[in-house]
Amino acid sequence: MQIETMAMAGTLESSDVQVTVEPGTAGIELRLESSVMNQYGRAIQKTVLDTLKRLGVSSARVQVVDQGALDCTIRARVECAVFRSAGISDKNIPWGGVVQ
Amino acid sequence: MIPRPRPERFRLRRTMMFMNAQRPGLIKDAYIYGVDSIMLDLEDAVAENQKDAARFSLYHALKHIDYGDTEVIVRINGLDTPHWQEDVRVCVAGGADGVRIAKCESADDVRRIEEHVLAAEKEFGVEEGRTLLMAALESPKGILNAREICQASERMLGVAISGGDFRKSMHVRTERSGIEINTARSLMLLAAREAGIQCFDTVFTSLDDEEGFRAEVELDHAMGFDGKSLINPRQIAYVHKTFAPTEKEIATAELYVRSYEEQSKRGVGVYTVNGKMVDIPFIEDAQRVIALAKACGVYHGDL
Repeated sequence: MQIETMAMAGTLESSDVQVTVEPGTAGIELRLESSVMNQYGRAIQKTVLDTLKRLGVSSARVQVVDQGALDCTIRARVECAVFRSAGISDKNIPWGGVVQ
Repeated sequence: MIPRPRPERFRLRRTMMFMNAQRPGLIKDAYIYGVDSIMLDLEDAVAENQKDAARFSLYHALKHIDYGDTEVIVRINGLDTPHWQEDVRVCVAGGADGVRIAKCESADDVRRIEEHVLAAEKEFGVEEGRTLLMAALESPKGILNAREICQASERMLGVAISGGDFRKSMHVRTERSGIEINTARSLMLLAAREAGIQCFDTVFTSLDDEEGFRAEVELDHAMGFDGKSLINPRQIAYVHKTFAPTEKEIATAELYVRSYEEQSKRGVGVYTVNGKMVDIPFIEDAQRVIALAKACGVYHGDL
């Protein structure tokens, strides 16, 4: 999927993560902040990158502000931000396809 | 991936607790409270511009969080919104046990949702007929059509009244006695029992009024409801306690069932136990009490 416009999903509440995606120029540029950076920073980064790869996003600027979200929450927020960016987040989502 | 077992149409549902599907902090450990059913909400709790995000969050919660024996039902947006079709798709794809139809007003409403549920079951390779339905009656029309709604589908597990919207449409406020929605509760109960499905009362929203909450739970139990919708974990324990049979009720039920087994072998249909006439309807009720006691985990006998 192509990141066409800036889009955001998630909140700054505890156990949530806020993900912002913008059109990029040189692959994936990820900026990550997390309340549990020392323990889980690399795991979070991997989840974000794996999810983007699954969605076929190869170029984007991505900002992630994590408040201790579970893996499944991170995936949900990244997917929602990407679908919002493409303007197709409201219906006919490929549940169980690229969204999993 | 956590595969959920096939939902049971008839099971213990004393408590159904609402949780905003958009808030990960709430839904990630909802099962620890010991509630019978959780109700992940895509409707009123979710702001209009977050409906899409709530679905992504719901899908992953359904797929990756192990809710154990807790039933997982999803409240979808009403048929008068642009959201309900995608809500149905995500519920079925995620493997929710059931769908709660908000603002249901007719059997046609139920059948319309059912069509989309079936289509989604086919689309996502989910066993056909797996996903259960329940209807929330929130208007005079919904209450007056309770009979046809209760009988509209083999997937229907129960009906619930939604007090906030119903009271608004009747121009009344919450009364201590429940007089303002007494007729609606009663009509809905009759319709549910006629159809052989379950019936649930509305939420009690004044969280600090413990005495009022207890009075309403006791009223619900006395009226014959199967359970109640809740908005806070601290409301669970009192409902479970009130809806479980007492030791005395269990002892009497055991006595009836045992004496019936003996008497019927001897060809006797009606007889007395401790000076009280007993016949078949008493026995059926006694069996129901024992089944309920078992489900509530308070039965220790050998029947």
